[in-house]
Amino acid sequence: MAEIKLENVAKTFGTFTAVKGVNFTIDHGSFFVILGPSGCGKTTTLRMTAGLELPTSGRILLDGEDVTALPASARDIAFVFQLFALYPHMNVRQNIGFPLRCQNFPRAEIRQSVEETARLLRIDHLLDRRVGGLSGGDRQRVALGRAIVRRPKAFLMDEPLGALDSEFRRLMCGELRELHDRIDATTVYITHDQLEAMAMADRIAIMNQGRVEQIGTPQEIYDRPGTMFVADFIGAPPMSFIDIQTSLRRGDRRIEIDGASVEMPELFEDRAEGKFALGVRPENVSFADASPLRGRVIGAEYLGTTQIVTVVTASGRVKARLPSSEAVRVGETVGLALRPDRLSLFDATSGQALHSSLYEGGSRG
Amino acid sequence: MAEVALVEVSKSFGPVEAVRGLSLSIADGEFVVLLGPTGAGKTTTLRLIAGLERPDRGNVVIQGRVVTDEVPAERDVAFVFQQYSLYPHLTVYDNLAFPLRSPARRMNEEVVRRRVHQVAELLHIEQKLGNRATALSGGEMQRVAIGRALVREPAVYLMDEPLSSLDAKLRAELRLELKRIQRELGTTILYVTHDQTEAMTMADRIGVMNEGVLIQLGTPREIYEQPNSAYVASRLGTPTINLIPATLLGGDTVPPHVQTVGLRTEHIRISPADRPGPLAQVHWVEHLGDQNHVHLKLATHSLVTLADPVQQLKAGDQVSLQFAEPLYFDQAGNRVGTDGLRGHA
Repeated sequence: MAEIKLENVAKTFGTFTAVKGVNFTIDHGSFFVILGPSGCGKTTTLRMTAGLELPTSGRILLDGEDVTALPASARDIAFVFQLFALYPHMNVRQNIGFPLRCQNFPRAEIRQSVEETARLLRIDHLLDRRVGGLSGGDRQRVALGRAIVRRPKAFLMDEPLGALDSEFRRLMCGELRELHDRIDATTVYITHDQLEAMAMADRIAIMNQGRVEQIGTPQEIYDRPGTMFVADFIGAPPMSFIDIQTSLRRGDRRIEIDGASVEMPELFEDRAEGKFALGVRPENVSFADASPLRGRVIGAEYLGTTQIVTVVTASGRVKARLPSSEAVRVGETVGLALRPDRLSLFDATSGQALHSSLYEGGSRG
Repeated sequence: MAEVALVEVSKSFGPVEAVRGLSLSIADGEFVVLLGPTGAGKTTTLRLIAGLERPDRGNVVIQGRVVTDEVPAERDVAFVFQQYSLYPHLTVYDNLAFPLRSPARRMNEEVVRRRVHQVAELLHIEQKLGNRATALSGGEMQRVAIGRALVREPAVYLMDEPLSSLDAKLRAELRLELKRIQRELGTTILYVTHDQTEAMTMADRIGVMNEGVLIQLGTPREIYEQPNSAYVASRLGTPTINLIPATLLGGDTVPPHVQTVGLRTEHIRISPADRPGPLAQVHWVEHLGDQNHVHLKLATHSLVTLADPVQQLKAGDQVSLQFAEPLYFDQAGNRVGTDGLRGHA
């Protein structure tokens, strides 16, 4: 177990700044996911935490100790890249025990640690098998075993499931999280896959262009996105934005969209005339014949339980997640109802969310 | 009219039967998706149509002509692979024009120009025509790769997981675009994927494959609502359909010979424990943003269902369950008809 703290950590490669002053604290025993598109600086951040890159500025603390200048080998951290790198000529026992053999642990101790680890991963019946004949899932478990056998203070994982097909990935997400809970480890995990992040994380940091956009629990980030980038990156499909040109006053509970007045969470800020975006998630949109907010249906994607219906309004496209049983015709004009207590309002220029009663309860993280 | 047909086609590689007695007919302008896990025989099927593999038995028919013995170049097909393979030293324009400039075609450069611009417009990459292929983002590269197939007008496009190397967001965008393009051009596409969302959202018909066999073929709605087997039922739907032993539901509610009962999330209702119905315990609630999955324990069996966000459930709660429209399966996993045998394949 370990607490990991990054203070104003930045990294420049030549003229390119990959990471621009990142701050966060990862608590003992938590599962922390850094999420972002490719090129956002998440891998560089992880590599600095592991000691594989030296920060240009800032400090990295492991359990309160400044490890910024320490090499990876002195940090007691296990780094898991692609999980499939096993030694094909060794059996399962030798693969898992390899890191301990390298450190010249006594034989009896290696044997005991390997067997304990195998039991934890429920592969103790496979210890004397060759890795060549194992299923994909078991190979992955052996690779994990090799990372956890040393019982390091923290695990750093760089898109370990990236190469797997979607169904298997979902299964491994559950297993990784369960394993994390069983061994009481601190895990830092990076991915560009929001579903992996939502399924596993205690807290998520969303990065964009070298900066942290928002840190919070999966539910906070989903329900109260701090920026339009976050709102757009999380959710499948993501949040829809309705463009609005208006001025706003503290205490406003309604906003005008194309002449239709729509109820929203109480606003806590005054804003001069400008461009704003009202954000709504697909599951908070429904059809309502009487609603003055009108749009034309341009597509419906059948997903089984639900369908995603895309509606074009005068102020932007809105996606609605509706039960599949609801009949929808492409081309028809419909009225839209937006769930009032779930709407976010953003400054369309800066992308920042405006303060409102929705965001009041969610300033943690 | 059928653009492409496979008639009782089989193909083995050594001891492995990759495709077993597969018959499939794709209509003109139809978008058919083959869905299945790795090793199901999907890619081999595409390669058999393209002429990259020769069947051991059976025939391949394209536009009414038996092409089984023809080489790929003689067949009127275009193939889009998973990994975009562009010529890095050429511009986007030249990459797109390449198939049209082949000596076999001898197309007038003016016709080439018109065709390239048409396709670039369709794919929203007109502004990138002068760029080097290497100066593009992943999504743009894959659009160029698809564009290179589209500049030709073959009888059928064969696509092998063309979106799987892209990130989730881009995948969702290109999914919509590909469907739009297919509709606008009325092209015939056979598309292979292991991603159920791609299959559900793009296909006119889905063919579910496993171990070289086409198990069921139908519209997304047919496949989802009327699966012919427990295997097909579990391929579609998020969360995955719950398959529970019939004995857990009590003898008299389930028809005879039923071994397994399939319950989709929309067919499970969670009520307070004092309501009628089997009792279950909430194991944990998983928050996935738009969906919250409730993991329930029904006796020794686990169920996963969507939670109503209004219902405040927490681990340890006792609840009662009501089921609607269950799907019944026999010992072999085949669907057992009860209320009307709809949709049996």
